[in-house]
Amino acid sequence: MAAYIIRRLLILPIILLGVTLLIFIFLQALGPVERSALYVRDIPKTDRQVEAIITRYGLDKPFYVQYWNWLVGIEDGSTGKRMGGLLRGDLGYSRTGREEVIDVLVRRFPATLELALWSMVPVIGFGIWLGIKAALNHNRPVDQTLRIFAILGWSFPTFVFALLLLLVFYAKLGWFQPGRLSIAFSQEVLRPGFTKYTGMMTFDSLLNLRFDIFIDALRHLIMPVVTLMVIQVALLLKVTRSAMLEEMRQDYVTTARSKGLPEKLVVNRHIRRNALIPVITVAGLTLAGLLNGVVITETVFDYPGIGSWAAAAAVSLDVLSMLGYALFTGVLIVIANLIVDILYAVLDPRVRLS
Amino acid sequence: MTATTTEPVDHGPVSLDGGELREQTRLEKAVGPETARLLRGIATNPLSVTGIIVIVLFALVALFAPVLAPPPKENWPRMQIPRDGFRADPQPPGSPWNKNAPMTVPWWYRNIWPRQEEWVHLWGTTSGQYDIWYGTIWGTRTAFFASFVVTLASTLIGVTIGALAGFYGGWVDEGLMRIVEIFIVFPSLTGALILASLLTPVFGRSVLPATVALVIFGWTGYARQLRGDILATKQRDYVLAARASGAKDSHLMMKHVIPNAMFPTMVRISLDLGAVVLSFAALSFLGIGLPEGYADWGQIVSFARSWILTLDEYWFIIVFPGVALLLYGLGWNLIGDALRDILDPKLRGKKA
Repeated sequence: MAAYIIRRLLILPIILLGVTLLIFIFLQALGPVERSALYVRDIPKTDRQVEAIITRYGLDKPFYVQYWNWLVGIEDGSTGKRMGGLLRGDLGYSRTGREEVIDVLVRRFPATLELALWSMVPVIGFGIWLGIKAALNHNRPVDQTLRIFAILGWSFPTFVFALLLLLVFYAKLGWFQPGRLSIAFSQEVLRPGFTKYTGMMTFDSLLNLRFDIFIDALRHLIMPVVTLMVIQVALLLKVTRSAMLEEMRQDYVTTARSKGLPEKLVVNRHIRRNALIPVITVAGLTLAGLLNGVVITETVFDYPGIGSWAAAAAVSLDVLSMLGYALFTGVLIVIANLIVDILYAVLDPRVRLS
Repeated sequence: MTATTTEPVDHGPVSLDGGELREQTRLEKAVGPETARLLRGIATNPLSVTGIIVIVLFALVALFAPVLAPPPKENWPRMQIPRDGFRADPQPPGSPWNKNAPMTVPWWYRNIWPRQEEWVHLWGTTSGQYDIWYGTIWGTRTAFFASFVVTLASTLIGVTIGALAGFYGGWVDEGLMRIVEIFIVFPSLTGALILASLLTPVFGRSVLPATVALVIFGWTGYARQLRGDILATKQRDYVLAARASGAKDSHLMMKHVIPNAMFPTMVRISLDLGAVVLSFAALSFLGIGLPEGYADWGQIVSFARSWILTLDEYWFIIVFPGVALLLYGLGWNLIGDALRDILDPKLRGKKA
C-alpha cells in the first residue's frame, strides 16, 4: 500500500512539469512581441521599447531557454535582482484582477470552493441515490424516466439553463439575485466587526453568528448550485446505474441469492458495496467537472470566484491570469486524482496487487 | 488451416436473439450479422429513432438555410447575421424589418407561415439588432461544422495514438499515456478556453480558434478508450487462438483487434457530436473566437447577458437559439445512448 502511494506521489512532479511545459508550448503560438506583454506592466510607447524588452527578457531565445527562465526567473542586468520565476511563487500580474495573480487566486478561490462544496454534497447524494434506484428498477418506468432525465440533463447547455433560471427566479419572480451577497451585507462583511475565518460567506457568517448574512449568502448560492448540479447529477446517475447493473450480473450475487439471503441484504451488503467503488472515482472527478462548470456558471451569475475571473481573462487575452488559473486548477485536479487513486486502492485490493 | 485466409468467412446459421439456430436474414447476408443487429437495434429503439429524426431535421434546416432565411444581398457573407440598425434594445418577435431585410420573400413565407408579403423579425432581434431567426437558422451550419470537424479530427488523432499505445505496449505505451495524462489534467472546457483565447490572435476571429482548441483537448478520451479496448481484446480467446495458429501481428490487428475495439469508439463519437457543440457554444457564449455577428447559437444567447434584469421581457433571445442548441445536443445523445445499449456486449442477447 505504502509503495503504491509513494509511486503515485513520485509521478506527481513529472505530471506538473508536463503541465507547465504544455502551457508554455501554447504560448509559443504567439510571437515574441505578443509574449512581451507577459512581462511588461506598463504599455511600451515605442517599437524600440518593445525590442528592448524582448532582448532583455530573452523572448527571442530558444524555446527551452525561455521555459527555464519562466520557471526560475531572470536576473536583471542593472540591479542584479531576480525577477519572476514560477518556482519562486511569482505568477505575475493579473490585468483582469488588477493585482498579483497569486493574490487574485487567494482572494477569489474561497468563493469558488464554497460553490463547489455546496454543489458536491447534493450531486453525490442525488447521483448515487437515483443511480441505485434506476438499476434496481432496471427497464421499468422509473429507470426509463431517470434515463431520459439523465440524457436531458447531459444535453442541457449550462449557460442556457443558467439564464433560464435568472429569467424565472430573478427577472420574473425576484426570489433570488445574481452575485454573492446583497449590497447592504457586502458592505457589512468588509467592516472590522466581521471576521473572515475561511473566506466562505456561509461558514464565516455562521462563525460570526450572523444568521441574516447566512440566509442571504444561501439565497445567492441556490441558482449557481442548481446549475452546476444538473450535468453532474446526470453523469453520476449514469455511472452508478451501470456499475450497479454490472455487479448485479456477477456470480457471487447469484450465490448470495441462492443461499436464500433476503433481497435487501443482497443489495445492501453485496451489490451496493462493490458497485460504489468505481462510483468513488467518478465522484472524485466531479471536481474536474465542477471546475469546468464554474467558468460559465460564475460568469452568468456574476459570482466573484476564480471561474468568472478566468473567463474575463480569456476574453481580454490576459495571458498571465490564464496561466495562473491553468496551473492552479491543474494542481488541484492532480491532487484530487491522487486522493481518488489512493482511496480506490484502499477500497479495492485488486488495484493494489496489479 | 491458417487464420490468414482471405476468403469471406461464412457465418452460417446465427443465434443472436433467442438461442435456437436460424437461417441468416437477407440483411445479415448483405452487411454481416453484427452490423445487421446494430441497424435493427437503431431502427427499433424509440430513443434512437427520435434522435435520428431530430438530427435529420437539423440537417434539412442547414441544407435549406438559403430558402428559410434568405440573405439580404446576393454577395452577402452568408454566416454574418444581418442587422437592422444599431439600436441597443432588442425588438420582440414580429416587429418590422427596416434595414438589411432579406432580398427575396420565398413561397413558404407568403403561402404557409406567416402568410405575409413583407419580412418581419420572426423571432425578434438581439441588442444591436441582429436577427435571431437568421442567426438560428444559419447557426445550424456552424453547429454541424464544429461538431463534425472537432469529432472527426479528435477521433483520427485519438484512434491513431490509442492503437499505437495499445498495440506496441512497452515504452511507446508508457510515453504516450503520460502525454495523455498531462492533457487530461485540464478539464476539457478549461483547456480549450485558454488555448482558444491564445489562438485567436494567431488565426484571427473565426471558427478556427475554438475548433482547433477543442480538438487538442478532445482526442485523449478516444486514445485511452481504444488503448484499453485493444488491451482487453488482445487477451480474448479467439485472438489468442488466431495467434497460436500463426497469424501475423498486422493481420491480427486489422482483422480481429481493431474491428472489435471500434464499437465503443462509435458510441463515443455519437455522444461527442452532442457534447462538442455545447463546448463550442459555451466558448462563443463567453465571446472567444468568433467575430461579432457570426451566425452561432452560443453567440446569440450571449446577447442576453446585458439584459439580465429584463430577461422576462427579452426571453426570445435565450429561448430560440437555446432550444436549438438543446435539441441538437439531445439528438446526438439519444443516438449515442441507444448505440451504447445495442453494442454493450454484456447486454447482448438480453433484449431482442
